[in-house]
Amino acid sequence: MTFNWLSQIFIISLMNLRNIPQRWGTSSVAIFGVACVVGVFIAVLSMATGFQRTMSNAGSPNTVIIMRAGATSEMSSGLSYEQTQWISSLPGIEKNGEQLLSSAELFVVVDISKKTTNTSANVSLRGVMPAAFAVRDKFNIVEGRNFEPGKNELIVGRSAQKQFNNLAVGSSIKFGQTEWRVVGMFESGGGLAESELWCDAKILQAAYRRGNSFQTIRAKLISPSVLADLKAAVAADPKFNVDVKLETAYLSEQSAPMTKFIMGVGYPLAILMALGAIFGAINTMYTSVSTRTREIATLRALGFGAFPVAFSTLFESLVLAFVGGAIGSVVAYFLFNGYTVSTLNFASFSQVVFDFAVTPALVKQGVIFAAAIGFIGGLFPAIRAARLPVATALRDNG
Amino acid sequence: MSNSATLEKSAKEVPASNEVLANDVLVSLTNISKTYKKGKELVPVLTDINVKIQRGDFVALMGPSGSGKTTLLNLLGGLDNPSAGELIIAGQRIDKFSSSQLTKWRAQNVGFIFQFYNLMPVLSAEKNVELPLLLTNLTSKERKAHVAAALDLVGLADRAKHYPSELSGGQEQRVAIARALVSDPNLLLCDEPTGDLDRATADEILALMQELNQEQQKTIVMVTHDPRAADHARHTLHLDKGKLIQE
Repeated sequence: MTFNWLSQIFIISLMNLRNIPQRWGTSSVAIFGVACVVGVFIAVLSMATGFQRTMSNAGSPNTVIIMRAGATSEMSSGLSYEQTQWISSLPGIEKNGEQLLSSAELFVVVDISKKTTNTSANVSLRGVMPAAFAVRDKFNIVEGRNFEPGKNELIVGRSAQKQFNNLAVGSSIKFGQTEWRVVGMFESGGGLAESELWCDAKILQAAYRRGNSFQTIRAKLISPSVLADLKAAVAADPKFNVDVKLETAYLSEQSAPMTKFIMGVGYPLAILMALGAIFGAINTMYTSVSTRTREIATLRALGFGAFPVAFSTLFESLVLAFVGGAIGSVVAYFLFNGYTVSTLNFASFSQVVFDFAVTPALVKQGVIFAAAIGFIGGLFPAIRAARLPVATALRDNG
Repeated sequence: MSNSATLEKSAKEVPASNEVLANDVLVSLTNISKTYKKGKELVPVLTDINVKIQRGDFVALMGPSGSGKTTLLNLLGGLDNPSAGELIIAGQRIDKFSSSQLTKWRAQNVGFIFQFYNLMPVLSAEKNVELPLLLTNLTSKERKAHVAAALDLVGLADRAKHYPSELSGGQEQRVAIARALVSDPNLLLCDEPTGDLDRATADEILALMQELNQEQQKTIVMVTHDPRAADHARHTLHLDKGKLIQE
């Protein structure tokens, strides 16, 4: 019986699909509608994925970020010089020879104009200690040289250079009263740091009158397993008054508001567009059933079941939606994958430069979304096909 | 003139030796009525039909438009259920069948031939003929053998690979006849099978149907407006306003 149904579904579906060229107009409307929905759906989600990827690429599971107790971001944190020195007594921090792999850092926001709009945007300027480069796993200067301690020199992230004006190696840029010279450009595995400008922490403290204070410490652990000991040691001594978090966990927290915002805009937009596409698919499939009324009735008269007739109509709708989904995915990939934009990170009030990322997981989601549109769009026409009054439909002249 | 001659010849050629076997009733309709609902009103289409059709008979069903011919044919084909009465075909009381039971029953017991052939335009002649066999347990090889035999029987063995759009009206109807025959049903039901054909082609088709009745012992019920087509049948039933008025 099952085989019988399967063979019926197969033969009717084959006929339906071979019939599509005769209904190319309405079929292409459905395909186009689904392609648009899936394209927009993937484009919006690729923005969220790209943002998340940038944030997560910045983090290492071996690195901790230490901030003032209760601080929710680097912006709201503050550490005294003494606090940064006490860190050396903490267990589990890796050393390079005698030097601890930890970097006390401070962080300010500067105004730079965007290349695309020439409007000013907030960009992170980070003052770092010499160990900062060893703490980061994927850090690499790819153009020019590193800044020299004690000089007003900057190195800039690749994404920042791409997105903002006056950051070419060799150029000068003024923030407030201080003029800075760009001496190098760096990569950090596509992560968040590539949206930043880096300089000597001491110079930044002086330029922004921060005294000898810092905001965070980044430190490399011997292994992730020592995190619990480190946290215990910090908790045991009230003089520390700091929170210790894995960098990956911290960045995940920081990316959550923006990701939620993009999803919050993206999903309703995709759903609204999908409603339109569903109506397109329903119209196409009703037309399909209508133009094949006599064929369907003939098959039913010959003894083909109502279920195979209904299922094959649904199958046709799914195939059209799948084709639309595939087209939408391919177009979204070529138009958006790798497209660079910058947006304000709510947590740091500074720009994060990131690339849209059309990943296989997103394409899979897009195809599933297309299938859902095809299923809903084909369901009612399929029911109509199954319930067609055979005797009347046999005389249909359509 | 030649059409007329063919018709006369065919009618006269019904041989006495091929007389329908007495008391071998294939179709039995007892007090069959059919009404349709039109708004709140019940419109009677068939009223108190009592007929028995012997196995191997060839019956023409005639009557003016709206007399209930096609409705009666649909009841015989299990495409519709009577509102009242008893309908037995090949020993099975099909008026009691559910829709899905009727679907299976149709596949095993009835072959349909329609006025507009109702072939699947995207399938070749042989694939069209094969359709009813896809509902059986026959292997692909067996199906092909049956299809070849059916197409040979209707004289279209050389057109097996052709699509309906590549065939003439008469050839399309022959393919439809092959499709109706291929699963060896108890009953062939024809709804104006020559209504869309010119006289000469119509005569060829009628001659073929007569041959199927006489040589293959197929039981045929044919709805027609055309008295010359009805002449090919062994018996003629006349319907008027939903009632059987004479045999």
